[in-house]
Amino acid sequence: MSTGKNKYALRTLTDNEYFFGHKACGGCGGSLTIRLALKVLGPRTITVLPAGCMSAVGFIFPQMTFDINAIISTFAGTASMLSGIRAGLNARGIKDCHVVGFAGDGGTADIGLQALSGAIDRNDRIIYICYDNEAYMNTGIQKSGLTPQGAITTTTPFGSSVSGCRTSKKNMFEIVAAHGIAYAATASVGFIPDLLYKVEKAKNISGTSYIHVFAPCPTGWGYESADTLEVSRDAVACGLWYLAEFENGQFRLNHNPGKLAPIQSYLKSQSRFKHLQQQEIELIESSRDVMWKKIHREWLIE
Amino acid sequence: MQSKMFLSGNEAVAWGVKLARPQVIAAYPITPQTIVIERLSEMIANGKFNAEYLHVESEHSALSAMMGASAIGARTFTATSSQGLLYMAECLHYASGGRFPIVMMNANRSLALPWSIYGDQRDSLSLLDCGWIQVYSQDAQESLDLIIQAYKIAENQSILTPVMVNLDGFVLTHTYEPVSVPEQDKVDEFLPPYVNPYTMDLDNPKNLAFSSTPEDNMEFKFMQHRAIVEAKTIIRDIDISYGNSFGRYYGGLVANYLVEDADCVLITLGSISGTARSVVDELRKEGIQAGICRIRYMRPFPDEEIASLARDNRAIGVLEKDISFGYEGTVATNVKSALSKAGLKFPILNFIAGLGGRSINRNDIKKAFVDLERHRSEAVAEAVQFVNLGVAT
Repeated sequence: MSTGKNKYALRTLTDNEYFFGHKACGGCGGSLTIRLALKVLGPRTITVLPAGCMSAVGFIFPQMTFDINAIISTFAGTASMLSGIRAGLNARGIKDCHVVGFAGDGGTADIGLQALSGAIDRNDRIIYICYDNEAYMNTGIQKSGLTPQGAITTTTPFGSSVSGCRTSKKNMFEIVAAHGIAYAATASVGFIPDLLYKVEKAKNISGTSYIHVFAPCPTGWGYESADTLEVSRDAVACGLWYLAEFENGQFRLNHNPGKLAPIQSYLKSQSRFKHLQQQEIELIESSRDVMWKKIHREWLIE
Repeated sequence: MQSKMFLSGNEAVAWGVKLARPQVIAAYPITPQTIVIERLSEMIANGKFNAEYLHVESEHSALSAMMGASAIGARTFTATSSQGLLYMAECLHYASGGRFPIVMMNANRSLALPWSIYGDQRDSLSLLDCGWIQVYSQDAQESLDLIIQAYKIAENQSILTPVMVNLDGFVLTHTYEPVSVPEQDKVDEFLPPYVNPYTMDLDNPKNLAFSSTPEDNMEFKFMQHRAIVEAKTIIRDIDISYGNSFGRYYGGLVANYLVEDADCVLITLGSISGTARSVVDELRKEGIQAGICRIRYMRPFPDEEIASLARDNRAIGVLEKDISFGYEGTVATNVKSALSKAGLKFPILNFIAGLGGRSINRNDIKKAFVDLERHRSEAVAEAVQFVNLGVAT
């Protein structure tokens, strides 16, 4: 598969680990995102994690799992705490240090959106990484603003009159871009060199950067934990996720999937979509097609 | 030589903040706190004061950002009021649990509903249990002095607890008076730069603000409680040393006025105490032995000082701008608890006044003292009394 020029030289990736010994589920896309991103950012990094899966699995006193400075923020306060840390570093004259947040989809698109918007508005020099597993997983798989249409969660259950999530995913990438952010990107744990490249790029941005990482959750989505990378790649192949960047006011699709694969096999690989009828699948497919028409019309494509 | 300036309560706070040299300020505007952050913004814009100023999008973010800045070892300041303080509620507990020595000014203002921008003390008193040290100022001079002292208290290594400095909305925040402004080098001497070994360190990384299981959680909470209880002695000492350096000593956790030989003692909180003192002067001329005990710190609570007020044939009342609905005033509850802990069965009268900014005049205070005087010889109903109420009780 091609990811254009967005390739990270994997051989330069350090063997050092900065996030280990945690209690995340096998195949967790979120913990993989953090582990890999921190390898790019290195030891002079301060990380903020809000209440959520990654703080729940990584910060139970006295078992601390970060080998860098790390702190849990309030659920709504990832971005505001990042801003405060950067301001504190500035006040203390410390410049050679990265400040990165890792928040889930609910912590980003729902409760944390206000603080994220404020930080981007101020153009604070922070990196905000959303690991999107498409529901509130830590609390037991409840619907978030990034839960996709049709997905079963414990608050959008299978029912005799209604089944699954009735709303589609908020478009966080474009919401963030609409702020005029210095750098934004989408990425996926199925495309690791591309993800690492984007983190590397964010590292050198002097203002706010945002990376939205597609990070599947075997526990919440209902697939085998060994299949996380495959599920991630299938999502991109069928066009329900894409790899793109936003810079200087321009959207750019940096990985062209070509002719999109049918969405059926992606959906049927996960128990959260198993109930979908043909009609519902067609509905999801048609909104995918609308999105791709817009991408082809308005974005640069590599 | 201290310079004399004509400042409002809010401006005095801004001057106190400037002198204390916080490195990061984040705030969200709310009436009647706005003048504080406007003056600080002007000082920064004119190069008179060097601090990072974050224009945050909410009070929640203001305090969240302060925790981040404090975690990396910066001295921080924020200010809020009323609804804004409530919006911070999650972060208030978070900041005290994380032992971040943040200093915050709160302009005491009524809470919606009904909406009101005017003053009472229900905002901060309803958050008495959030683990912050709470102090209430009487006038602009004390407000300036308290900001400087607040940093000294918050950053004390055995306290490490955030401090909320409360000023009555409008009555104090917007009233001008002559204020002595200390010299910067004297303040620097009193309040050295913030140093805290428990902050993040790039050479020696730390994981902060973690979770703890039932096996450890209670010990963290106990240590937090112990730190605030032990702060009582440190607060008294800091007030004395401030007095030695700047010539103004306030009395520690309480400020008493003519209490020693008083038959009737009215306990007050905040700026109403000034009016109450002048009523005491007047009553004394009329033969009523009145006195005022102004509580300065609600947390830690001055239980020893309150217990020492109890005396045979003396009546004690509490005048407060707050009500814990369905019970009584929160200050009264705390006062009664302190008297009871000292083994004293001592009835007190509870006067609720000034809710939603209703003015409390000299006559209201006088009437409270007349009730107290009567209480010495006959039992006056001990139910909560709403002063100046427009509806039948």
